[in-house]
Amino acid sequence: MEDQLIIAGKAYQSRLLLGTGKYVDLQQTGEAVETSGSQIITVAVRRTNMGQNPGEANILDVLDPEKYTILPNTAGCYTADDAVRTCQLARELLDGHDLVKLEVLGDKKTLYPDVKQTLVAAQTLIDDGFKVMVYTSDDPIIAKELENMGCVSVMPLAAPIGSGLGVRNPYNIRMIIENAEVPIIVDAGVGTASDAAIAMELGCDGVLMNTAVAEAKNPILMASAMRKAIEAGREAFLAGRMPKKLYASASSPIDGTFF
Amino acid sequence: MQIMLNGESRQVEDPCSVLELVQSLEIKGRRYAVEINQQIVPKSMHQDTLLASMDCVEIVQAIGGG
Repeated sequence: MEDQLIIAGKAYQSRLLLGTGKYVDLQQTGEAVETSGSQIITVAVRRTNMGQNPGEANILDVLDPEKYTILPNTAGCYTADDAVRTCQLARELLDGHDLVKLEVLGDKKTLYPDVKQTLVAAQTLIDDGFKVMVYTSDDPIIAKELENMGCVSVMPLAAPIGSGLGVRNPYNIRMIIENAEVPIIVDAGVGTASDAAIAMELGCDGVLMNTAVAEAKNPILMASAMRKAIEAGREAFLAGRMPKKLYASASSPIDGTFF
Repeated sequence: MQIMLNGESRQVEDPCSVLELVQSLEIKGRRYAVEINQQIVPKSMHQDTLLASMDCVEIVQAIGGG
């Protein structure tokens, strides 16, 4: 049985979505992506560096949009207007590619989403024909509202962006998953492989991460660990875990003992 | 004439099309998007779109990010 992640009608074998920020160079970025097995890769949109390094490699030369699904983000946007403008520029530079990661941030200290601005931006983008994967808080009501608006995936945070604290509110994540009919992807906050596995065991459809890999002492090895954690967590979820019990339950039969 | 390019003032020939500006910056061929006064100029229009004095031009590209 093939277990695929389907986003906006496209099927993916990998449930790990990887960010491309904070690596030491583009070569390490490429190696981390390759090792992670990710098929959906986030990028940011920024001013072109004028003239200083004309021969400089571009991230899209390293990560071929023919091979990977490029997911432009709206990182750094604090208003709906800025986020919409960023997505429109991304669509132009990616030749009409309309899948975007929407994030509208509330403040610099927490990088928590500004949910009111996120809702405004999501509606504008959907009306403009974008397929929106939306970063949001772990609020089940807001998650459902974003789904009902037409977002193709809802992406609640596990913990603040770049914090590495892991899934801080597993019960909310479970509520969001149980009520959702679009893929739920935990976006932000995982720190290590077990965090990613926990998210997948809860039933998430995928995990989007960046810092946990890029700021590991060995990012390539962590990319490998994350790949395995996502796969293990997914299989454990599908397998269905045993119920938790307070007391022991012997694994060897009592019948046939001779002592 | 003077324009604002990615937040910095810059002197360009008059007339100057978007395509000529991009070519002079040696970024042709790379994936980029151009905006003039917060309006996107589609690639198909770069040759025919002329800059005006004090236009705010933004040229953006994809970079690493989460």
